[in-house]
Parts: sequence; C-alpha cells; structure tokens
Amino acid sequence: MNLAAITPDARHTFAVFRQASKTDAHVHVGDVHAPDAEMALVLAKEQFARRDPCVNLWVARYADIAATSYEDADMLEPSTDKSYRFGGSYREQQRVYRRR
Amino acid sequence: MGGNTRRDVPLAGKGCLVPIQPEVRDDPDRLAVFEARLAAGDRVEPGEWMPARYRAECLRLIRMHANSELMGALPEREWIPRAPTLSRKLALVAKVQDEIGHAQLLYRVAEDLGMPRSQMIDELLSGTSKFHNVFHYPAETWADVAVIQVFVDGAAMQTQGSLRSSSYAPYARVLKRICYEEDFHIRLGLDNFKALAEGTPRQRAMLQDALDRWWQPIMHFFGPRDEASPHLETMMRWRIRVKTNDELRQQFLRQFVPIIHEYGLQVPDAGLRWDAAGKQYVYSEPDWDEFRRVIRGDGPKSRTRLELRNRYHAQHAWVRDAVARWGMAT
Repeated sequence: MNLAAITPDARHTFAVFRQASKTDAHVHVGDVHAPDAEMALVLAKEQFARRDPCVNLWVARYADIAATSYEDADMLEPSTDKSYRFGGSYREQQRVYRRR
Repeated sequence: MGGNTRRDVPLAGKGCLVPIQPEVRDDPDRLAVFEARLAAGDRVEPGEWMPARYRAECLRLIRMHANSELMGALPEREWIPRAPTLSRKLALVAKVQDEIGHAQLLYRVAEDLGMPRSQMIDELLSGTSKFHNVFHYPAETWADVAVIQVFVDGAAMQTQGSLRSSSYAPYARVLKRICYEEDFHIRLGLDNFKALAEGTPRQRAMLQDALDRWWQPIMHFFGPRDEASPHLETMMRWRIRVKTNDELRQQFLRQFVPIIHEYGLQVPDAGLRWDAAGKQYVYSEPDWDEFRRVIRGDGPKSRTRLELRNRYHAQHAWVRDAVARWGMAT
C-alpha cells in the first residue's frame, strides 16, 4: 500500500530520518509539513536535530512511501521454527566444547 | 513549527480522509475481532479499522494534549525575558521550544485520526476546544517557574509515562520522545527549585507562596475521582489509557510530596497524610467546581492566554505565508 492512503495531504507531509553518527543507520524520528523537500529539511533540523547527535537528515514525502499493511502482518511472521537462524540456539554445543 | 496551518494557506490540511462519527454503530464482527486483538496486547495503527468511538476518544485525548503543549508554553515563556541569569534563560528557552515541539508531534498524530490541523488550531484559537486546567493560572514569580517545571511537568510525566503503553501506537511512539524531554524539564526544575529552597528567607517564602497557589490546580490536573469520570471506563477497556485518574494522582503524591518535605517546605493541605494501612495518601477533596469552571475557559488567565495565542498566531502569519510562497516558487 501507499501511505498517501492514510496520511492527509501526503504530498506535503515528509517523514524525517535522523542519522546519529556515520556508523548508525537513519531512523524515522517524526514528520514535518512543508511545501517541498528543501523546506522540509530546514524544519526537520529545528525539530529533530536540536539536541541529540545528528550527522545527516533524510526527508521523504509520505506520498512516495510504499509500505506493507499491518493487516497482512501475518506474512512477516515466521511460519516455522526459526531458531536455527539464531546463534543463541547453539549454546548447548558451545558448553559441551568448552568442557573438554 | 506546527504553524503553517491556516485555511488561507495552500498548505492547509486537505480535509479528513476518515470522517469522525462517534455515534456510528460498528460492525459487531469487526468490533469483536478488534477487542480480542487489544485484549491480547496488540496495538492500533492509523489506517487500520477501529471503532468510531475508539477513533473519537483517541482524537479527543491527543488533541487536548496537543492544545495543552501549545498553551503550556505560554506561562513559562512570559519569564524568558526576566530569567535571573543567562544560563537559566538558555535552559528556559530550550524547555519552551520543547513544549512547542511536542505540540507539533501531537497534532501530527491527531490529524491522522481524521481532523485537519487547521481546524484544530482554529478551534483552539476561538476558544471552542479545551486545554489543561493548569495553563489557565498565572505564573506570578520566578518561583512559579520552578514549581511548574517540577510539579506540573512532574504531574504530566505520570500521565504521559503511563500512556507510552497506550493501545494507539502512534501516540505511544511520540510519547517516548516527549517523556525523554520532560525528564530534562523536571531535572532542570529541581535545580531551580533547590536554588530557591536553599536560598534566602525571601526566596524560600516566594517558593512556598508559589506552592500554596499551585497545589490545588495540580491536584485537579489528574481529573475528577474515577467514579466521576465519564469517559474513563471506555478508555481503560480499550487501553487507550492504562491508569486511572486516582492511580496517577497517588503515584504523583508518592513521588513528589517527599521532595517538598525534604526542603522543609509545607504541602498546603492540612488533611494530607500517608495512610500506611491503605498504602496511599489521604488528601482533602479539592474544589471540583473550580476545576470545571477553569476547563470551560473561565480560569484566572484563560482569556489573557488565549488572546496571547491569537496575537502570536497573527504575528507569525508572515512566516506561514513565506513558507507557502516558497512552495509556490519552487
């Protein structure tokens, strides 16, 4: 689905993503209303980068964001046991090896 | 921030995607699924199906919160030019800016529930929508600023902290940021409070006087006793709210009465005592008629503050206009 379906005036509503340091990913921290991306960045700096560390900001129009639907969240759920994908599932072996 | 919302500006909200009709009867099957989901601890996102009444209650709560942040900046803002030192002034400016920022976050959440921001701002300016009782009172001295920062923000922190568990997910999310900043406000307030409480006899008297005037509005802040709160049952059943007025008031008293006593100051309620058996504070019943008068817009500063808000709105029209023209030029 496109977020324009649930956001009033999605062309002028921008999601703001803040990057705290170059080793961090950009994280969605909130939104601003602006006529264009340049103004959105000006407003985002005031509202989302005035206290905590920030090296970079992204803004994206809600009208341009595609998303899965929460009603279809089932498709993101594991249908089978996924424990084999996690390191923590192999503790017993590690314990046995260490004992030797 | 949050200001580019006048109807005469092309940016203004394009109207509701979802009409708000709290009296509409919901499809009983969908309602049952919804209630089962909430009972299992799931949360609600905008765009998902929700009962008309759920939408209306969330909007009422979040809009009231947004209005209160915007109006709540005013009593302290009055003290920016008169702050006693430069560092106090800097910190106060930062706090006031945070409160306006909270309003921006909250109006954004509220508009997704189906009311345009321009309408919410217009109805606040015309006095037809409400804001919290505490912001209808004067901030007479610098000690009022300390009392507001510790006790009003401290009271708000109880409510907002609990609402981080709200079933309406976008509200819970913005409250994480809001509570993080409120924590700074309370620590800043305690620093102001301590400076006055450990100061000259005149400073201590000024602080006690501020406490005496603010105590009852702060007790009112949590709302009427649970049995007298018309919306509470629905809000709790749907986990829009997770703690009752009385629970939050008790939580506040447990945390903040000791701070007053620690500095040898008095809580201005002769009936206040700790009931060890019931594990709660007993307090004199505040004047609930005053509370109802004040939230209707009949408080000591209601009219002045609304006039101020209207004046600032008019003063800042050129900013909203410039932003809109920028949009037309690009």
